[in-house]
Amino acid sequence: MSQSLVGEVEPATGPDPDRPRHPEPGVIRGAEARRLVRFLLRRPGLVLSILVVALVVLAAFWPTLFTSRDPLLGVPVDRFQGPGAQHWFGTDELGRDLYARVVHGAALSLKATLIAVGVAFVVGGTIGLVAGFVGRWGEDVLMRIVDVLLAIPALFLSLALVTALGFGTVKVAVAVGLASVASFARVMRAEVLRVRQAVYVEAARSTGARWYSVLLRHVLPNAIGPVLVLATLELGIAVLAVSSLSFLGYGAPPPAPEWGTLISTGRNYLANAWWLSTLPGLTVAATVLATNRIARALDGESATQR
Amino acid sequence: MSMPSGPAAMPENLLEISDLAVSYRSRSGVVRAVDGVDLTVRAGEIVAVVGESGSGKSTTAHAVIGLLPGSGQIDAGRIRFGGRDLAGVSERELRLVRGAQIGLIPQDPTVSLNPVQRIGDQVAEVLRVHGLADRRSAPLDAVDLLEQAGLPDPAVRARQYPHELSGGMRQRVLIAVAIAAKPKLIIADEPTSALDVTVQRLILDHIQSLTEAHDTAVLLVTHDLGIAADRAQRIVVMSRGRVVEAGPARQILDQPSHPYTRQLLRSAPSLAVARPTAPPRPAPGRAAADRPLVTVENLAKEFPLPRVAGAAARSVRAVHDVSFSINRGETFALVGESGSGKSTTARLVLRLVEPDAGRIVFDGKEITRARGEELRRLRRRAQLIYQNPYASLDPRFSIGEVITEPLRVFRVGDRASRRARARELVERVALPASVLDRRPAELSGGQRQRVAIARALALSPDLVVCDEPVSALDVSVQAQVLELLAELQAATGVAYLFISHDLAVVRQIAHRVAVMQAGRIVEIGATGELFDRPNHAYTRDLLAAIPGGRYA
Amino acid sequence: MRRYLAGRLGQAVAVLWAAYTVSFLVLDLLPGDPVSAMAAGGLDQAAIEPAQIEALRREYGFDQPILVQYLNYLGRAVRGDFGNSVATGRPVTSTLADALPYTLQLTAAALVLAVVLGGAVALYATYTAHRWLRQLLMSLPSLGVSLPTFWIGLMLVQLLSFRLRLLPAFGNEGAASLILPAVTLAVPTGAMLAQLLAKSLLTTLDEPYVQTARAKGAGRTRVHLRHALRNAALPAFTMAGILVGNLMAGSVVVETVFSRNGVGRETVSAVTVQDIPVVQGVIVFGASTFVLANLAVDLIYPLLDPRIVVAAAQQRSTG
Repeated sequence: MSQSLVGEVEPATGPDPDRPRHPEPGVIRGAEARRLVRFLLRRPGLVLSILVVALVVLAAFWPTLFTSRDPLLGVPVDRFQGPGAQHWFGTDELGRDLYARVVHGAALSLKATLIAVGVAFVVGGTIGLVAGFVGRWGEDVLMRIVDVLLAIPALFLSLALVTALGFGTVKVAVAVGLASVASFARVMRAEVLRVRQAVYVEAARSTGARWYSVLLRHVLPNAIGPVLVLATLELGIAVLAVSSLSFLGYGAPPPAPEWGTLISTGRNYLANAWWLSTLPGLTVAATVLATNRIARALDGESATQR
Repeated sequence: MSMPSGPAAMPENLLEISDLAVSYRSRSGVVRAVDGVDLTVRAGEIVAVVGESGSGKSTTAHAVIGLLPGSGQIDAGRIRFGGRDLAGVSERELRLVRGAQIGLIPQDPTVSLNPVQRIGDQVAEVLRVHGLADRRSAPLDAVDLLEQAGLPDPAVRARQYPHELSGGMRQRVLIAVAIAAKPKLIIADEPTSALDVTVQRLILDHIQSLTEAHDTAVLLVTHDLGIAADRAQRIVVMSRGRVVEAGPARQILDQPSHPYTRQLLRSAPSLAVARPTAPPRPAPGRAAADRPLVTVENLAKEFPLPRVAGAAARSVRAVHDVSFSINRGETFALVGESGSGKSTTARLVLRLVEPDAGRIVFDGKEITRARGEELRRLRRRAQLIYQNPYASLDPRFSIGEVITEPLRVFRVGDRASRRARARELVERVALPASVLDRRPAELSGGQRQRVAIARALALSPDLVVCDEPVSALDVSVQAQVLELLAELQAATGVAYLFISHDLAVVRQIAHRVAVMQAGRIVEIGATGELFDRPNHAYTRDLLAAIPGGRYA
Repeated sequence: MRRYLAGRLGQAVAVLWAAYTVSFLVLDLLPGDPVSAMAAGGLDQAAIEPAQIEALRREYGFDQPILVQYLNYLGRAVRGDFGNSVATGRPVTSTLADALPYTLQLTAAALVLAVVLGGAVALYATYTAHRWLRQLLMSLPSLGVSLPTFWIGLMLVQLLSFRLRLLPAFGNEGAASLILPAVTLAVPTGAMLAQLLAKSLLTTLDEPYVQTARAKGAGRTRVHLRHALRNAALPAFTMAGILVGNLMAGSVVVETVFSRNGVGRETVSAVTVQDIPVVQGVIVFGASTFVLANLAVDLIYPLLDPRIVVAAAQQRSTG
């Protein structure tokens, strides 16, 4: 209500005396970069989160940037060394460097996460888009299926899929992804329905635009935002779900390093080597916290764009 | 009352705001919403604060009871009330003032009552909070108050929940809440702007008579100068956080000293009715086109209500047996209150909604059941302008893309020629060419509506349906947009089907008017005729409910 | 009201049927021969004769057309018979029924903890006037949903059982052994609840009717509890089905961490040996907890939100 007093931010652009009411008048392209920097400076937590995710991605593709040690090679003399200058994260029961194992584990964990989110995004998004745009009985059928999937707790559904597909990182990832299809489909449909009812979509229709043009130019671009936010949020959920399934013993077979498996093996030495479970667990927690924080930032952004 | 001390003694000031400054903190910095405002209210008088959105009028009113939304805070100034400075007292002390000594009637009654609490309990809460009634007597007092507020069947209503009451009834409940503790001052923040005009007048009458009876002062916040003229003894005009003019109502209306007030007076549509301005340009003679552009016969549309399990399918009749015709180059207005079926009628004409019965003829061709290419040909010749310029433009498109979309859709010209056409259109609606690269969010409401008009004209249509095109805009902008529409009509010969709930606006622009009520047309006629000699009782009701009438 | 109830019950049954069908599709139709998988995992690895497989195939009816198989199984499932476990030979129903009490103890305790703690955090975070306390409290839920459940369990065991020797680390003997698992399970659920409720409270506090209440002169506590909380709890309440489902799923991990008996443990061993009948039983069990929770919500909701009662009443008067 009071934004008219922001001052003379905007040059007078015509005989129209009323000022913009929108709280943050959108970007003027030249100032975009500066605006982004200011946005980030005011959110140190977000910057840290982006940093964490960047480190995880780097570790996944170029683990040797972080460590030169072999994650699979143990030095029996060095076993059960606590964290220190030599071994940042300590060593395990075979004398393998835990830090190297965590770094090299990033690749497997990230791969599993991306597969899971990718499956959920593509399958769920398509179902939601079709349901929302087609409407009528097609929508009814699709959404009833989605309702049923939602009724089965995600982990149970993943477990059933693992039972059918078998064990291994990729299969676990697919199982986790399929279990999240329902939530993607719901969000996508809700967004398509929201946008489809927007006045500007009817306006496009009333100018004579054909349905595919309306779908591609108006509905999809405006509906995809919240789905991307969900995908970011789903990254964290997938990391947790994949590591849970690995912990239960369905993921990568040892000795391959994978975060969930690392925590799980450390469980046997809880009493005498605290670091074996604690530090990989912290890594997982940091990754999930970071992706959740980024998802929240994206959510805020897409909310102001509506 | 005070001792008689001579005829010149002014009644004591009840509320005295001096040099008030309020700001809101946002991520992009601190925004001053109210800056150096002085305002006084004497016991028992009605003072109206008038201004457009963003003028700081609501902020000033809310600052009095310390209920600024979100990050708002008082930076400077005094709010003297009952011998104390409310700007300086603690939240605890303010709480004793709120409800007990100052009541608030909020803006939108439909969202201002707790949806999960019974009406009676919500009224009784004021009394309980201030210890004015005990557990046993409060419910009875609440029923009493509801009766005073003019709610029929108060004992029954008290046991109901807000969603079971209409908007007007809910506003009466909020009035009961406001008067419950017999406060000395009531702040009424746009108390009727969410209600239909006929209800508006009843509610305002009631507020006025109640406060007169109890000698309660009212601080009436409104954007409508007509309402202020009808009700207030004194008027304070605000613009951009400052008071531009204040004084007795008569004086402000008869001899406005500030140019802004004069502009506001000129453009206030409700006052324009009272003081007829230049009539709309004459419609082109029938000779120019021997047959009407659009003819609508016996149009009907029902909407099914949401089906409930086991219940028989029900429906509402939105449009019932509606017939009219629109000539080329003419402005034909459909007027009615919300739910009268006027918007549905417009959508039927454009075939955005399928009619159940009746015939629509466009330029001699029946299009009632047109499909595919035929329908697209109609779209090309009949365009639509929406009520809400904030919603009708795709937020991701640049203004250039918005305006050229109809051209692109119909493959008119190439990229360069479309661009040129967009520049021409933008100029025609009096916007600078620089807006073409901007996004809708960067423009003001009035500018966006100009963009929507430019888009509607892109294909040089024969008919443009304007669905409440100015009701979301501030009054001074309204006048400009209406003027623009009239100019464009004179230049291009386009016909308008003009939908509005606002008779005052219609009088300014329409050649012929049809009044709709409950899905039917009750009266149809030339504008001057219909305004001066209304035939139907409902038309007379509508005309009588226009604020500003008493001033005239 | 009776019609409303019947409708809800009908929906619940439909969801259960559909869940059974999904589990059938997933487990019996996906690539991989269930019998060889079962034989490989469940029986002695040494000697699997083709004749044995053939016998199994007949026993489980895999030699029949798929639709016949499905209808057979469905018919038995309706009567509560999900077949026998491949690994132990015991009926699935009694296997799960024996494990159920342990899991119910665990999830009930965790649910109470989650509601109390999550609710308290959300309420106080939105109530307090201290900025730092608000931010601290608001960050707890997002931390809670980011930690792997099994890791929380391991950390608690390490600290409270091994270091401080306060509570037993494993097993399900006595009330003390319930504390750590219940806390572990309550963290993610409570955090999710707190996030939901806090968000909903913040939206509600901005509603005009809260402003009306404040304009009456009502105090902060009164406004917060009487006006905001009751309205804000409604959306959180509708998530009960998902929350209970989460608790059930979480029990799988928690029971493994703490070596407790229960449905979760049975699930893990069944998945490990690809014991399809048990897994199928678990899926239907999981769906029925969700369905039951939602049914409970549907029954209680009209009591909390008068707008729903009216809808039901209108149904009655016109139906």
